[in-house]
Amino acid sequence: MKVKGRVWKFGDNINTDDIIPARYLNTTDIKELSSHCFESIRPEFSKNVKEGDIIVAGENFGCGSSREHAPISIKGCGIKCIIAKSFARIFLRNCINIGLSIIELENCDELNEMDIIEIDFENGKILNLNNGKIYKFQKYPEFLQEIIKSGGLMEWVRKKYIK
Amino acid sequence: MTLSQKILALHCGKEIVYPGEFIEADVDLILANDITGPLAIEEFEKIGAKKVFNPEKIVLVPDHFTPCKDIKSAELVKIMREFSKKYGVKFYEIGKAGIEHALLPEEGLVLPGQLIIGADSHTCTYGALSAFSTGIGSTDAAAGMITGKVWLKVPSAIKFFYYGKLKKYVGGKDLILYTIGKIGVDGALYKSMEFTGPAIRSLPMDDRFTICNMAIEAGAKNGIIEFDGITEKYVREVSGVYHDEWEKLAFGDDSEYEKVIEIDVSKIEPQVAAPHLPSNSKDVRQYSDVKIDQVFIGSCTNGRISDLRKAAFILKGKKVHPEVRCIVIPATQKIYYQALKEGLIDIFISSGCVVGPPTCGPCLGGHMGVLGKGEVAIATTNRNFVGRMGHPESYVYLSNPEVAAASAIKGKITHPECVMERSEG
Repeated sequence: MKVKGRVWKFGDNINTDDIIPARYLNTTDIKELSSHCFESIRPEFSKNVKEGDIIVAGENFGCGSSREHAPISIKGCGIKCIIAKSFARIFLRNCINIGLSIIELENCDELNEMDIIEIDFENGKILNLNNGKIYKFQKYPEFLQEIIKSGGLMEWVRKKYIK
Repeated sequence: MTLSQKILALHCGKEIVYPGEFIEADVDLILANDITGPLAIEEFEKIGAKKVFNPEKIVLVPDHFTPCKDIKSAELVKIMREFSKKYGVKFYEIGKAGIEHALLPEEGLVLPGQLIIGADSHTCTYGALSAFSTGIGSTDAAAGMITGKVWLKVPSAIKFFYYGKLKKYVGGKDLILYTIGKIGVDGALYKSMEFTGPAIRSLPMDDRFTICNMAIEAGAKNGIIEFDGITEKYVREVSGVYHDEWEKLAFGDDSEYEKVIEIDVSKIEPQVAAPHLPSNSKDVRQYSDVKIDQVFIGSCTNGRISDLRKAAFILKGKKVHPEVRCIVIPATQKIYYQALKEGLIDIFISSGCVVGPPTCGPCLGGHMGVLGKGEVAIATTNRNFVGRMGHPESYVYLSNPEVAAASAIKGKITHPECVMERSEG
C-alpha cells in the first residue's frame, strides 16, 4: 500500500485536548468531531486539510486522555498517516485498533510543512517528492500487522471469536 | 520480573513474560464511562456481538458530563443505561455513583493482583491496590467485552524509591508532580512506574491513589505499589476479601528494572505545575505572585475524603477571597455523605465555596466550572493542557488540596503555611 499527500507539521507533546477538546465529546459523530480537529491550537486545520494529507509531529504525540475521538477526528479529516518521533501509548493502540496508520521516525524533523511525501508501507520507505530524499522506517511487529490487515481490532475479533 | 510483569504472566498462562513481547491477557474488570462507553457499545454492536464475556466484570460509570449537561450527553448515558439492561453489566446511576476511579475501589471491585482495563486514561489509579491497571480506548473496551481479553505489549519498568520524612503540607500529589517534573511527560513512555521505599510504605491509601492516578502524565502504561498492611486493611474494609497469594505481589530485584530512581522526599516542598504541562512542577513559592480567578478541589486525582479533610483544615474559619470562585466536588456520593457527616461541607459553605455533586465536570472543561478567556485556575486535577478547563486562552495550575485551599483564601497561589496561625501549624 502507498499513500501520497501533503505534510502538516506539529510539535512535541500534542495532547488529546489539542486534537479534540472535551467540550465536543458529547457526540460520536465523525463529521462533527472532524470539524473541530485541532481547533484550539490550529483553527484553520479542519478547513484546509485534504483527503490523503499526512501529519508529521515530534515526541509523545497523542498524550493525555484515552478518548478514541482523537484519532477518529483525525481519520475523519482524511489524514492517511501520522508520522511522529514517538506516540503516547493509548493513542498508539487506538490508531491501530481503528486502522489509522502511524509511523515512528526519529528524523522526521527534516520533513517540512506542505512537502509532498509518498509512504510505501510494504517496503518501509518514505519519499520526499520535494527533494527526492528517502527515509526508512520500521514496519509494525507481526502481531500488530495482523490486526491492521484484518481492518482493525473489531474485524480481527469478529474473525477470531464471533464466526 | 517486575511486579507488573508478574501479574501479566499470571493472566496469560505463562511462567515468565519478557519486555516487548505481545500477549493476549485475560482481564478481571473492564471499565468505560459516558464519553468512551457509547463508542465502545457502537463497536460492539457493529460486528454483531450477541453477548458479553461476563457481565459481572464489566462496569459502566457515567461521570464525565453527569448530571447530564445537555441533550447530547443525556443521549450518551441513555445508550449505556440500555446496554446495561440488555446485557446485565454493572451500571452506576448518579446518586449512587461518582467518579469512576474513586468509585470502583470504594465499591470493592478492585482487588490486588487483578488485570484491569478501562477506557479512561486514569485507569492506572488502581495500581495503588497492587493491580495491573491501564487505560485503553473504546475499541479495546468493545473487544474486551466480547472476548474477556486484551492485547498488550509487556512493558519494561522504572522503579521509584522514595525515602525520608515528608514535610508538612506535602503528600502524594506533591510526590507525583515532583517525579513527573523530574522525568518529563514522556519520561516513562510505554513503561511501568513501580513506586516503593519507606516514604511510600507510610503513605495512606488516598495518597497512593493520587500517585498511581498520575502515572499516565509521565506517559506510563501503569503505576503500581506493592501490597502491604495498608492495602490489606483498605481491601478488607471495602470488600471483606483477603487472599494469601496477595502477599507475593512484591517487586523484582533492581536488576529487573530499566532504571532505579531514588528520591529524598524530605527535600520536596508543596508542588505547583504551571501551564501547559504537568511536568512544569516547582516549589509553590516560585508561583506565589500568580493571581487566580478560580479554584477547583476535586477530581479522580484529589477528590477523596482525605483530600477534602485537608482542604477543610485550611479553610476552616476563613473566607474565600472575594474575587475568587472556589468549587469543591467530592468524588463520589459516599465521600460526599462522609464529608457532610464530618462537618466538612459546613466548613466549605461557610467559607464561601460552592459544593457540587460528584462529577469529573470541571477537570476536563466539561461543565460546572468552565474557564473563560484569560482566566486562571488552580486545580487539584491532573492535566493543565491548553484549553483543558475551558477557553484555549485560559490557564491551569495543578496542586495539592492544601495549596488550592490556601490560594482560594489569598486570591493568588499560596503556600498553606501563609494562611495558618502558628498554633495551628
